[in-house]
Amino acid sequence: MTEWLERHVPKMVLAPSFVAVLIFVYGFIFWTAWVSFTRSKLMPRYEIKGFIQYERLFASPRWDTAMDNLFIFGTLFIGISMILGLFLAILLDQKIRAEGALRTIYLYPMALSMIVTGTAWKWIMNPGLGIEATVRSWGFESFTFNWITDPKMAIYAVVVAAVWQASGFVMALFLAGLRSVDEEIIKAAQVDGIPTWRIYSAIIIPSMAPIFLSAFIVLAHLAIKSFDLVIALTGGGPGYATDLPATYMYAMAFSRGDIGQAASSAMVMMGVVFAIVVPYLYSELRAKHD
Amino acid sequence: MTDFTQSYDAPRRNYSQLALRWLLFALLGLFALFYLMPLFVMVTTSLKSLEEIRTGSLVALPREVTFDAWRTAWSETCTGVKCEGLKPYFWNSVLMTVPAVIIATLLGAVNGYVIAQWRFKGANLIFSLMLFGCFIPFQVVLLPMARSLGILGLAGSIPGLILVHVIYGIGFTTLFFRNYYVTIPSELTKAAKVDGAGFFRIFWSIFLPLSLPIVVVTVIWQFTNIWNDFLFGVSFSQSGTQPVTVALNNIVNSTTGVKEYNVDMAAAIIAALPTLLVYVVAGKYFIRGLTAGSVKG
Repeated sequence: MTEWLERHVPKMVLAPSFVAVLIFVYGFIFWTAWVSFTRSKLMPRYEIKGFIQYERLFASPRWDTAMDNLFIFGTLFIGISMILGLFLAILLDQKIRAEGALRTIYLYPMALSMIVTGTAWKWIMNPGLGIEATVRSWGFESFTFNWITDPKMAIYAVVVAAVWQASGFVMALFLAGLRSVDEEIIKAAQVDGIPTWRIYSAIIIPSMAPIFLSAFIVLAHLAIKSFDLVIALTGGGPGYATDLPATYMYAMAFSRGDIGQAASSAMVMMGVVFAIVVPYLYSELRAKHD
Repeated sequence: MTDFTQSYDAPRRNYSQLALRWLLFALLGLFALFYLMPLFVMVTTSLKSLEEIRTGSLVALPREVTFDAWRTAWSETCTGVKCEGLKPYFWNSVLMTVPAVIIATLLGAVNGYVIAQWRFKGANLIFSLMLFGCFIPFQVVLLPMARSLGILGLAGSIPGLILVHVIYGIGFTTLFFRNYYVTIPSELTKAAKVDGAGFFRIFWSIFLPLSLPIVVVTVIWQFTNIWNDFLFGVSFSQSGTQPVTVALNNIVNSTTGVKEYNVDMAAAIIAALPTLLVYVVAGKYFIRGLTAGSVKG
């Protein structure tokens, strides 16, 4: 008996967590998927009615805006954060004495809630009292910086705040990558008189391909899940101008009482995430077995 | 010949190197300003009177430092109908975060120990399934979770929020501990087994004492994530049980009354203070958690 117990204890210890994950992750995904094929409105209904919710979703101009915004926001946020992060990492890699302090400064936004970030930038970009008013008070009377209230520009205001928050993190990732490149190879290249920029572009950066991939995955993941920042910074507005799939889903679920739309938009979001993450995780897990 | 080039080349190269060095520092300094500016603006705005905010400049230091906005933000400002400041919501966040962090970390530790050291058939599949769970957009579980919390009688309560944070935290905590424990040679476990030590004994006397660094990383990671969470907080709380992030958003985006920007900023700093403090005190571990959460293995 004790021997049997001893043999099965590890499984029993793992079981509650595993069951919880099965129910609360996979079971719930299944529930949402199921409901996304029904006519659920205020209350969930369970008779399958085909793709009606998805048809409604893709016909909705608001969802259209949300997906366009996700594309604009995602591309700019990921692109700028990567370039800025890499640039800062290379600058910091030049044997700077104050490196520790600078790293701390560049990375602290990552410790903040996106609600705090949104609140701060909303104030800074406030046209009446923020940057616009300040620059005008310096004598540039015609200076305008009203992205946050301009439907065409508001999504770029979200990009600014998001880049501010996440680029330091990309810097930290890249800096760790730069440091992990074999010193001997770099020294050999230096002895051969190869200029520093060539050492970076031809030797160091190409060897960091896996880190680019990780940074991309994390940033893409952040972009798709972005919800708090938009809520705090623009509230999805003006109008629906800065709606993202995450805010659309939330509005349908909790203020519009349209569970079918909420479920189908959540499923589309998961599709986007998995299209990016699954190949990555698969290759990671495989690499570990080999 | 060599002497000649050296005597003329060396100083010139030094000049250009010096110029490059200055450019480097100028760039690094500019970026430091970019990252610090919002924090600076938040702090200075929170110390100004409303009058000074309306007439003065965003980037100016306060002419008269006043802590009124801080007092208002902590104990007087209105979130919706109630006007008791951020204080009760701050404690809600503490009551929610502390148990959720402890439970998720403990579960992660034993899970990681089992997966890394007591490999059985299917353990890897279980690990993969838990790992995928880390990556789902939480929107996909919001609706069924809201219903389940209702069925369990936990709707709109802090225990409900703790449950949610524990469930969606164990994927990451398990990952952290698993990756840490795989690096410990399995011979250690085998030798202890030969000596007659059981599952819990080995965990308690061998693995736990070795775990301090990964416990710190996991606790910081969980603490930051749960404290800063907004989505679960806004979806599963009700008036009175809201965490501080939700209350902050309500204060800032309330449309009634005069906009008190200094109070908004003070409230934002109060909400950010715990995680900022953790970052300043244990930044090294914070970074390690971030990178461990993104670069596995």
